[in-house]
Amino acid sequence: MTSPLFSKLEQESRKLLMDRTVEGRIGATLPDLDVPEFDLPPSNLIREDLPLPEVSEGEIVRYFTQISQYNFSIDNNFYPLGSCTMKYNPKLNDLVASMPGFSNIHPLQDDATVQGALQLVWEVQEYLTEITGMAGTCLTPMAGADGELAGMLMARAYHLDRGDDQRKVVLIPDSAHGTNPASAVMAGFTVKTLPSDSEGNTDLDALQESVGDDLAGLMITLPSTLGLFDRNILEVTRIVRESGGIVYGDGANLNALLGRVKMGDLGFDVIHSNLHKTFSTPHGGGGPGAGPVIAGPRLVDYLPSPVICRENIDGRSVFKRSNPGQSIGRMGAFQGNFGVLARAFTYIRSLGGEGIRSISDDAVVNANYILERLKDSFDLPYERVCMHEVVFSARNLKNNCGVSALDVAKRLIDYGVHPPTMYFPLIVEEALMVEPTETESLETLDTFIDIMRTISEEAHSNPELLHDAPHFTPNTRLDEARAARFPDLRWRPSHEDSE
Amino acid sequence: MSSPFTPNTEEHRKKMLATIGMDSVEDLFKDIPEKVRNPNLNLPKAMSELDLRAYASELSSRNVSAGEYTSFLGAGSYWHHIPAVVSSIASRGEFMTAYTPYQPEVSQGTLQVAYEFQSMICQLTGMDVANAGMYDGSTSLAEAALMACRVTRRNKVAILNSTSPLYTDVLDTYVQAPGIDLEIVEEGHMTLGDEIACLIVQQPNFFGYLEDMQNLANIAHDAGALLVVSVDPVSLGMFNPPSDYGADIVVAEGQGIGVPMSYGGPYVGIFACRQEFVRQMPGRIVGKTLDTQGKEAYVLTLQAREQHIRREHATSNICTSVALISLMMTVYLACMGKQGMRKVAELCYHKAHYAASLISAIPGFSIVEYGTGIFFREFTVRCPVPPKEVNQSLLEKGIIGGFDVSEYSENGLLLCVTEMNSREDIENLSDALREIGES
Repeated sequence: MTSPLFSKLEQESRKLLMDRTVEGRIGATLPDLDVPEFDLPPSNLIREDLPLPEVSEGEIVRYFTQISQYNFSIDNNFYPLGSCTMKYNPKLNDLVASMPGFSNIHPLQDDATVQGALQLVWEVQEYLTEITGMAGTCLTPMAGADGELAGMLMARAYHLDRGDDQRKVVLIPDSAHGTNPASAVMAGFTVKTLPSDSEGNTDLDALQESVGDDLAGLMITLPSTLGLFDRNILEVTRIVRESGGIVYGDGANLNALLGRVKMGDLGFDVIHSNLHKTFSTPHGGGGPGAGPVIAGPRLVDYLPSPVICRENIDGRSVFKRSNPGQSIGRMGAFQGNFGVLARAFTYIRSLGGEGIRSISDDAVVNANYILERLKDSFDLPYERVCMHEVVFSARNLKNNCGVSALDVAKRLIDYGVHPPTMYFPLIVEEALMVEPTETESLETLDTFIDIMRTISEEAHSNPELLHDAPHFTPNTRLDEARAARFPDLRWRPSHEDSE
Repeated sequence: MSSPFTPNTEEHRKKMLATIGMDSVEDLFKDIPEKVRNPNLNLPKAMSELDLRAYASELSSRNVSAGEYTSFLGAGSYWHHIPAVVSSIASRGEFMTAYTPYQPEVSQGTLQVAYEFQSMICQLTGMDVANAGMYDGSTSLAEAALMACRVTRRNKVAILNSTSPLYTDVLDTYVQAPGIDLEIVEEGHMTLGDEIACLIVQQPNFFGYLEDMQNLANIAHDAGALLVVSVDPVSLGMFNPPSDYGADIVVAEGQGIGVPMSYGGPYVGIFACRQEFVRQMPGRIVGKTLDTQGKEAYVLTLQAREQHIRREHATSNICTSVALISLMMTVYLACMGKQGMRKVAELCYHKAHYAASLISAIPGFSIVEYGTGIFFREFTVRCPVPPKEVNQSLLEKGIIGGFDVSEYSENGLLLCVTEMNSREDIENLSDALREIGES
């Protein structure tokens, strides 16, 4: 990667489309006008200039293909990014989503003309309801955070319907994802942080002290972001419900529980599931996802609109969109991210009940195998069986060798592995959160373990090597402070640069 | 059970459990209370790829799709030509199977695309800055309203009554909890009080017609409110960008630009604004910076706005958005370029006007004008019979008709014409409507 010829080519690949523009080049063809030409509107409504690239098709393909090579991805790399469930994304999923009868249908077509699509969506609704043991599902939220917002708006509507408008406080554990407090605030609540106990479970005494007449509910991730199953969970949900609160479950970590426990049986009132995590739809470099919201009996009438219903008409199933009785309304203009739902549908049908259950078994075995084999090299803040992910701490390396979690993460890149989630959850010092998923083989895990052990040795013998990592990527570490201080957020013509 | 997605066999599992020091997989789940552990899971049996492909194919064939039928349905989702390059690039595993670019050294592909996307959105809309994308046009609009309230420290938003009712519904979902009042206003009868944070206008409006934006901008700005424009990005191939008439925040549904209709998603929400508001924006923003060797590179920036840093003080809860769809839109804009975008817009314009000229000549049918009466690729037709019946008759002739807007406009049918509709399609539509009028 350091050859001068390569770096010249690489530099070329970083050139933006507007800087490749040559007047007159085109990248696509369109048919000629086959109807009479009409007068254009007054010229003051017509734009004079349309500054867009002028490049040929081949240049476009080469450009995007070249820069694609600068990404790590599931198709190319082990990607144990904790809390993100980066599992293999089956290719049949994509094929199904792109079938013309799915990709070329309009969201406002009459229900009678899209019975196949509605059946697919209805099936996904039913499967998610069954897997989680809840009462009903709405698939319209477009990502996990959108599902959280929907769920918390449902909690709000429930309290308001009961005249409980003083219920404003939402409890959120200190280990939670940032989306939880942000979603609670968007739903009109105030947030109070709940501490974890020394074993990583919810601190029951602190919970007891926090529940009162102003309690709107609790948002809790299960297993927690520490990768641990909260042993107090039944007590936790009981306390919250008896105090009149709603229990919200963040389903980001559902990959640990499939077929092993149903959230509904644990006392959850409403949860969301990230289809782009647990149900294998590709993450796309940051979306699209889907964050269905799944409700228990108390909240099912408040689900967003629309949901899909099945009716039996003359012995035939007919599917239609409908609005739940107390619905909080629409989360988006249409019916959610259908293309993502079609992928999750394909995944669930590929695996069936038995296969779905084996996902969590393998995910949990894989994580515990890593835990066991790396606990001598990296500090383990909670010495207990983990679920689908394991959180290590690099605090000893930091204290003994001056090597941080960030250094370890960046050094992993040199070995072709995507770094684990770093510095999260916030309650673990120098956290490194490793989630292997069930789709990785024992051979890959062993290689990863060898690499991590090597890095731990390097931290002692040659810490500089880690401070300077990564060494083989197109860019070394970036100056993030500069990016924030002098925001450069778009292309500008080169003559403007000198202004 | 063995599946092609889980490589470890029973032998592997045994070996790993031995290392862990457990007798069975069951032992790893003992933290789950016993009374709720291992419930029944009532799901269908696994299907082979062959069988599943046939089943999915059968479901997809039960839908009436554009292409198989010709379609004149728009109202927020549009049937446009998509160059083959778009899906070819977007289906590359390097883009499709990567996560959000938290580790910039191994995400320069995704990050550079986002920077290209932001640049092209700015160029298309004329605005100073854009983010890397929201879920869709409707949530983008709702977030714009919330942002306008933050910027102006006011707590009421006005939306013009010619905005998509579906978008207004989404806005309603978003504004209730934070206690923001929503006022639906009508042009000509509008007085904006000094408590209004923004005036929201759709251009062209829901019924297909351009609004008098200069006038609306003046009304908003005179009241100290921001002008939020929900624009059709395809129309920007020929019409003035919103910066020309003083928009403060521009949102849009990007679907028409390289993204299949897919029964409503995934799409991409465009979000752009004036430079001075950049730190109040929701969503991911990518910036250019330098690495330790002084080489240019891209990185997620201004993250102090976001939920993973600011938690309950974030500008929005959005995390995963729509990076892959932004990529599709970016590739489409690269392919179409300066000439293609203009040509697509003009094809839509002339074909829509041709359709309108034929339909307005049919006895019983007339064109209903709203706003300035100037339209782009959609227009509203008053039918002699309820639009529902019109659509039913059209369907029997292999035509997906328009969107029934009779709730807002007497016997109103909103028709959309794009480059996908040939002259023959348009004339077939006209003939079919004539027959319906005569029967």
